[in-house]
Amino acid sequence: MKNWWKALSVVLLLYVAVAGMLLPVPRLAILNETIRNLYFHVPMWFGMTFILVASVYYSVRYLRTPTPELDIRAHEAARTGILMGFVGLATGSIWAKFTWGAWWTNDPKLNGAAIAMLIYGAYLVLRSSFTDEQQRARVSAIYNIFAFATAMPLFYILPRLTDSLHPGAGGNPAFAKYDLDSNMRLVFYPAVIGWTLLAFWLAQLASRVSLLKLKVYEKQIA
Amino acid sequence: MKNRLRNWGLGGLGAWELGFAGRAGLLVLALLLPVLQAAAQTPDQPEMADALRGSGKIYVVVAVIAVVLAGLLFFLISLDRKLTRLEKELEE
Repeated sequence: MKNWWKALSVVLLLYVAVAGMLLPVPRLAILNETIRNLYFHVPMWFGMTFILVASVYYSVRYLRTPTPELDIRAHEAARTGILMGFVGLATGSIWAKFTWGAWWTNDPKLNGAAIAMLIYGAYLVLRSSFTDEQQRARVSAIYNIFAFATAMPLFYILPRLTDSLHPGAGGNPAFAKYDLDSNMRLVFYPAVIGWTLLAFWLAQLASRVSLLKLKVYEKQIA
Repeated sequence: MKNRLRNWGLGGLGAWELGFAGRAGLLVLALLLPVLQAAAQTPDQPEMADALRGSGKIYVVVAVIAVVLAGLLFFLISLDRKLTRLEKELEE
């Protein structure tokens, strides 16, 4: 069974959708039922991080042995990561509105994530500015590695060095208050795995479409 | 059909006779067993959607979300299959 991980993703996501709504969660003022957003907002960032690691991996491999396939895989993985990052920003913004009272606050965690997303946005702009395919692949592979190295501290290190409202940053240790709750772990860990696998699935599908396009194009030329 | 009926009768015991979809479905159901615990909740201070759970048909919403998600995932699976077919065609 080659596609077992896709089946696992389907099973876990359906489980998360139902259990995430119905399993008991800690009763906390202000958060109330929105604590369930943990199963959907946070896995976006986990999935994004893992798929961007994969993208860097393909970029490094491309620089060692340049093939169009590795370039396509790195590009589609980065695009999937960017998609998940924007969904993460949007869901976080909604959550913030109803718990912190504003769509956006000048919180280091939020601004760090926004800057990191802009850095990755520049990756897409950079790619589209080349006409020569090999040059595009090489320069964007290098940029991709730098983008990753710049974005990760913005997501995970810098916000921890200052005060922040966001859990997992500043004086707020990750899920200290509700991570103790074993009921939430029962959904949260499957959610992270399920959404991460979905990200890899999406990236794989997008890569296969691009590879098919490339092959058709090569056949037409031949 | 006969097979399926027999399987329902046996509960999870006949899982190995089910197809892949059946096995995946059983797995989801098994994973969802702790949801029963939610029925035994006792209300205390901060507001939660207890009323919704009791009489407000929250299960309808959960079912709708599950159907939407299942639809999207089904679309992804069929897209995956179409791509596999195309790839094979191009190989030949």
